[in-house]
Amino acid sequence: MLKKRVIPCLDVRNGRVTKGVKFKNNVDLGDPVEMAVRYSDGGADELVFYDITASAEHRPIDIGMVGAVAKAIRIPFAVGGGISSVADMERVILAGAEKVSVNSLAVRNPDIIAEGARAFGAQCIVLGMDPVKSGRTASGYEITTRGFREFTGMDAVEWAKRAADLGAGEIVVNSVDADGTREGFELDITRLVAEAVDVPVVASGGAGKPGHLVTVFREAKADAAIVAGMIHFGDYSIADIKAAMHAAGVPTRMSW
Amino acid sequence: MTAIIDYKAGNLTSVKLAFAALGAETVVTSDPKAIAAADRVVFPGVGAAKSAMDSLRSLGLVEAVKEAASAKPFLGICLGMQILFDHSEEDGGVDCLGILPGRVRRFPDGAGWKIPQIGWNEIFANDPRAFVKNYDEYYFVHSYYVEKNPYTVATACYAGVEFTAAVRKGDLFAAQFHPEKSGKLGLSLLRAFLKTPVR
Repeated sequence: MLKKRVIPCLDVRNGRVTKGVKFKNNVDLGDPVEMAVRYSDGGADELVFYDITASAEHRPIDIGMVGAVAKAIRIPFAVGGGISSVADMERVILAGAEKVSVNSLAVRNPDIIAEGARAFGAQCIVLGMDPVKSGRTASGYEITTRGFREFTGMDAVEWAKRAADLGAGEIVVNSVDADGTREGFELDITRLVAEAVDVPVVASGGAGKPGHLVTVFREAKADAAIVAGMIHFGDYSIADIKAAMHAAGVPTRMSW
Repeated sequence: MTAIIDYKAGNLTSVKLAFAALGAETVVTSDPKAIAAADRVVFPGVGAAKSAMDSLRSLGLVEAVKEAASAKPFLGICLGMQILFDHSEEDGGVDCLGILPGRVRRFPDGAGWKIPQIGWNEIFANDPRAFVKNYDEYYFVHSYYVEKNPYTVATACYAGVEFTAAVRKGDLFAAQFHPEKSGKLGLSLLRAFLKTPVR
């Protein structure tokens, strides 16, 4: 049986993994390659790196770091943030990342999804979306961009469907309302998207304890879930999370 | 020397890096002579069957792959396993290499699962020819699968189908999953492949 994936997320700024709440109060957590190895050895099913940038000012993707991670770990990883073209996607993929994630870029230019899928296969193209509860759209969730700073008026569920049609191989639903709260995933929007699209859906934002993953897999039909603060600060290990999932009957990869 | 065949079907970086992690020397090549000269051959592949077959033909690699698959330790991965078979129903139907008998089909659509299958799945293997063990978990990414056939040495289940996870015929081993992305288990599979005696 296909296992539900646990995916640690590492936000990388200026060569260091950082963690903040709603893009504020960033704390330095360590070296990206060392953390990738630690999580990979600790049972992560996949990793995602966001905003791998070489410098805050110029913001080119740090391809050297992508290559160093690819060299160090033997599980799949995705890279998002800082990608502005198919050429950028190609550099990231050739450096050894399995997948690239596009978010604001795809809102501005949806064709980038189709172009990326044509060039590298749909399985390489992940759509990241940052929905927020909103009275302005039919589903009750609206897409924000640029790190929650801009509201687009776009319906989150409609956008997910369109992105999947364009060729996104996977959709990460990162709830703005839940992000950084550690009070659990936003189940409603995760389920709405999971039921609307045929591609795998990754729940993101709000994971604070192992039970939150159990709930999002059981009740919101997520195929994978992203964890960050709850493991970065040492409150829980990936093994703790997986033990809880396994005990609850969620299909879980238990040997690594 | 192990040759990794480059036929413009997906990214070879992960495969190259996984062998490098084992200290194995590899050469990424589209040259039939280099493939013929190699001790071992790896045949990866991600993407669509038709473009992969077109690309093999235009690079003049069809005979080199057939020859290597019957003459030396040979490892097919993902699409590189699928196109070893007779025929794929991808892209409206594509004749493939026909090195192994069997067909490649698309997972049926259904409400209970997503296509492609992406992630870790367990395999069922009770065959002494396999490099793999029962209940090993490997990383899969695919929408099409190889039907069970006489050379199937491991299966897995998805979308209500029990499909071929790995095949073995002599020194040819091929897997639907990605050993290069399957953590320590995947590395031990690659290590076992590297230990296959060269004839």
